[in-house]
Amino acid sequence: MTVTLGKDLVGLEFLSADQLRLILDTAEPFKEVSERPIKKVPALRGKTIVNLFFEPSTRTRISFEFAEKRLSADTVNVAVSGSSVSKGETLVDTAKNLEAMRIDMVVIRHGASGAAQFLGNRIRSNVINAGDGKHEHPTQGLLDMLTIRDKLGKIEGVNVCLVGDILHSRVARSNLWGLTKLGARVAVCGPRSLLPRGIEQLGVRVFGRIEEAIEWADVLNVLRLQLERMEKGFIPSLREYYRVFGVTMERLERAPRALTIMHPGPMNRGVEIDSRVADGPHSVILDQVTNGVAVRMAVLYLLAGGRPELADAAKGGVE
Amino acid sequence: MARAHPKSTTLLDARALARALQRMALEIIDLADGTDTLVLVGIQRRGVELAERVGRIIEEKEAVKVPRGAIDITLYRDDLELVGPKPVIGETRLPGDLAGKHVVIVDDVLYTGRTVRAALDELADFGRPRRISLCVLVDRGGRELPIQADVVGQTVKVEPGGRVDVLIEELDGRDEVIVVERP
Repeated sequence: MTVTLGKDLVGLEFLSADQLRLILDTAEPFKEVSERPIKKVPALRGKTIVNLFFEPSTRTRISFEFAEKRLSADTVNVAVSGSSVSKGETLVDTAKNLEAMRIDMVVIRHGASGAAQFLGNRIRSNVINAGDGKHEHPTQGLLDMLTIRDKLGKIEGVNVCLVGDILHSRVARSNLWGLTKLGARVAVCGPRSLLPRGIEQLGVRVFGRIEEAIEWADVLNVLRLQLERMEKGFIPSLREYYRVFGVTMERLERAPRALTIMHPGPMNRGVEIDSRVADGPHSVILDQVTNGVAVRMAVLYLLAGGRPELADAAKGGVE
Repeated sequence: MARAHPKSTTLLDARALARALQRMALEIIDLADGTDTLVLVGIQRRGVELAERVGRIIEEKEAVKVPRGAIDITLYRDDLELVGPKPVIGETRLPGDLAGKHVVIVDDVLYTGRTVRAALDELADFGRPRRISLCVLVDRGGRELPIQADVVGQTVKVEPGGRVDVLIEELDGRDEVIVVERP
């Protein structure tokens, strides 16, 4: 049976291991496209993609836009400010209006968990989740997995610890679903106030101390500490957080083996991660960014079009 | 697809295939007027293996190095929109800048010409070769585009619906070319 992805990419929770592998394997040849003198292939020529961003994003939006353009799609960016969204138009109305202009795919970032699924169920275009509330950020999870596979040669059996604010993190959730499906062992480490209750029941180890996490892990995925968490009382202070949970050179030097350090960005240097670690030899943070474009190209390629009912008409096409 | 046994015949056995490759190598040397700027580019998958074989023969005969590359044309297909599950994409790697080179595209079977059209478009995105030629092991006729090969191992007329299967040692465990007629 051939593996396919279906119409939308909403999250990694409901993808099979085979579907995850299909995306990661498809991302490999797309890495090379970005190294060509002309960084463009005609695979999505004639497709129109709308990047619908209800939350600010620099990295993810630019990464998607590069991926779309390198596949020759036409792209339109809709940001929340200055659009009719701020005049109270609903999500579905906005999307239906865009669809009336004959678009093919929507990449959506939204503050509400479930927004991508909600939209996908209501429009014909392919929908790709670029982060919805505290739910999932599937392409970030995928690029993290691709980076781990590149660096360590495999995902199965690798010890990955997510560090920091797990409670509010859609990146953590996508990592968790994706990595466990491909056989990695996943742990979390952070202040109790920032860990979801009952997370142990998902088969996830919990480390209360960063030193224990460093001793156990092959990979640390250090999450961004949202500064407003302090204002809301989840942590006492940023300095205190750094003192207890900061990923520092001193701590890594005591590790039994060399760790791979990841961070989804943007980093708070000196809060969750030491600058010397972020720029150090074990950091793959910029590889993650490079892989992000390849993974998004793979997802766009795999979801786009695919009108099998027309396949008969094309018989005898390319040999 | 288990239809009633389609008729299948051997077009080239291992020895005939080896002879065809020898002859193709000589013709490429003639065509390229030497090997100074020659680059062999195989089309994924079997074209890549054939380019490797032909390349080794040329290297033996001429005592030179012949740069080789591989391209996967999937992302340049004109029917990508129409195929169901998306095809797996193979590796593309080209040996440096193609400007000023004589690129010989190598493929196993030439049929509609659409694969070659895609390969020409893709190569153009890697630079501007001085010349591009086409070398195929089997030309089965049935062109849908104005494309023809410069070097051909074997010509055979196969009706639409029939297949030419090229088996090669490295991928299939033996060397053979089989024509499968439509049942």
